[in-house]
Amino acid sequence: MKRLLTILLLACSLIPVSAQFPDGRELLQKIDGNMSSENRIFTSSMIIYGRRSTHTVKMKTWTAGEKKSFTEYLFPAREQGTKMLKLEEQLWIYSPSTDRIIQIAGHMLRQSVMGSDLSYEDLMEDNSLVRQYNANVTGTEVVDGRQCWVVDLKAIVPDIAYQGMKLWVDRERNIPLREEMYAKSGTLLKRTELSDVQKIGNRWYPRKILFRDMLRDGKGTEFIIEEIEFNVTIPEHIFSKASLKK
Amino acid sequence: MIRFLFKGLIRDRNRSLLPFLVTTIGVMLTVVFHAWITGVINNSIEFSARFSSGHVKVMTRAYAENAAQSPNDLAILGADTLLEALSASNPGMDFASRIYFAGLIDVPDSTGETRAQGPAMGIAIDLLSGNNAEMERMNIPSSIRSGRLPSAGKEALLSSEFAGKLGLNPGDTFTLVGTSMLGELTMYNFILSGTVEFGTTALDRGTLIADLSDVREALNMTDATGEVLGFFRSGVYSDELAADVRERFNSRYSSDEDEFSPVMKSLSEQNNMGFLVEYSGKLQSILITVFILAMSLILWNAGLLGGLRRYGEFGMRLAIGEEKSHVYKTMLLESLIIGFFASLTGLAFGMLIAYYLQEHGVDLGMMMKNASIMMPRVFRAQITPWTWLAGFIPGFVSTQIGTMLAGAGIYKRQTAQLFKELES
Repeated sequence: MKRLLTILLLACSLIPVSAQFPDGRELLQKIDGNMSSENRIFTSSMIIYGRRSTHTVKMKTWTAGEKKSFTEYLFPAREQGTKMLKLEEQLWIYSPSTDRIIQIAGHMLRQSVMGSDLSYEDLMEDNSLVRQYNANVTGTEVVDGRQCWVVDLKAIVPDIAYQGMKLWVDRERNIPLREEMYAKSGTLLKRTELSDVQKIGNRWYPRKILFRDMLRDGKGTEFIIEEIEFNVTIPEHIFSKASLKK
Repeated sequence: MIRFLFKGLIRDRNRSLLPFLVTTIGVMLTVVFHAWITGVINNSIEFSARFSSGHVKVMTRAYAENAAQSPNDLAILGADTLLEALSASNPGMDFASRIYFAGLIDVPDSTGETRAQGPAMGIAIDLLSGNNAEMERMNIPSSIRSGRLPSAGKEALLSSEFAGKLGLNPGDTFTLVGTSMLGELTMYNFILSGTVEFGTTALDRGTLIADLSDVREALNMTDATGEVLGFFRSGVYSDELAADVRERFNSRYSSDEDEFSPVMKSLSEQNNMGFLVEYSGKLQSILITVFILAMSLILWNAGLLGGLRRYGEFGMRLAIGEEKSHVYKTMLLESLIIGFFASLTGLAFGMLIAYYLQEHGVDLGMMMKNASIMMPRVFRAQITPWTWLAGFIPGFVSTQIGTMLAGAGIYKRQTAQLFKELES
């Protein structure tokens, strides 16, 4: 009996540590199951904590897949009626005060939206992690009192905003609670803290995300989802330039 | 005595021609060089003051740290009150708010779609209040190439070359796409009232000039300004006066504790202008010293040659009983006459050339085709009271020193040897 126990203990110690962690790809699929959807409509607020002052922007966004997105600003009055349409890598912005639709060049998609810590890509894209990254679970840590997997992501597609990511994924709910986004050089570009995770339908979803652009001063931007609907029918005409002036 | 020596110099040109020509050419070159360098330095300082730095500039401390990027999110709030306070406490100066900003000029086609785009560097100044000081300061009225000055809100000027590239003509509408003080993307329509050409590559490449109130509206900067520029009414920058104004302002308004408190910087503290200001102050003494040294050496040499040629003459004069000191004094007196007239002649020719360069200038635009720094394209010489002295005094003094050095040989002549020398 003693010999059997010794053999069992030895066998357990020989199992690689990584075998105790979930498969990276499977974990990303579970995260995508929570965070991504075929399409969605949400109303959100951005509280932008600047170096000098704080201001709030409210907007409504329609997103279909990874390539189509339409956003209308609701608040403040100065921005009300401003609309943005993103199709593939092209972005058009309509400003009611000038009654002009202006196309923004591709590289501008990585610029700040309304002085916030979010880029147009951050705001308007709903990309599947599993299609963009290889994942490797490297450990466990506690974030906000919850057990998390620590996951390193490496991009597998070219021309992507963040070549590397590090996620702290809630082990129970499969939702990231903290993210770090890196450039190809390894420079930390952004950090996010995801909170107020709620059950919406059959998925977990964070209602509040604090974005910190690590390359600029400021106290970050709080992105709050006020209302969100997943997989609802969005009329195709929403994603047309004609809808910008409506 | 002087008349006697003068006649001698005129009749025996071998005695006077070489030192006269050397001194004349030297003085002429010094005058031209002095006027040119003074002009180039002062053109650069004044150009920088008018377009960028002012004689003094007020910004917030945070803005001043990255002033080259014109970070308008860190702009001065309550700008109009500050402007009033500055004007009240510095009656010898004029102050003006300016906003420097970057943006994209978007030109629509007939359907309102983007037809052309180009990056612009914007300057917002007071164009419409009726006070033309800023327009005059930036030489805008005489820089108009087509159209007219803005006369109403939402009218703006573009640099001529830039407007041409975008296919814009006076009367056309274009949209400024920029970033507001809060970092928001903003769009604002302007009507092109006219085009300007400053003769400065950095400005002519892509400048938008609009009224302060329009740009405040466009960039969401109500009662805010990026910078307040101060100018001495005399139009001449004085580092001492600027330092005094700066000290008084900073001790009253600026605080290390508050990064948004205003701070004043003098021209010499901005854009590495300190070197130019300091160099400008020392220019006269540098030029005079170099000139005196160089000319003294040349004239010493010329004096030695003359001395050799007149070796026999001096020997004869000493042999018949003339005192060495008297021979030496007459030499000095001769050089005094040569120095005086040569300096006057050199000064006259130099001033003529300097005046031509002052009036017409030299267009160095081709040499600065790709320069990104703000420098005038046409540089002009500048004649100052110092230019007269910088040429005349060294010309006059160096002939004396040259002769003094060359003539020292007279005292080495041995009286006992003179007749032997004469016999031989």
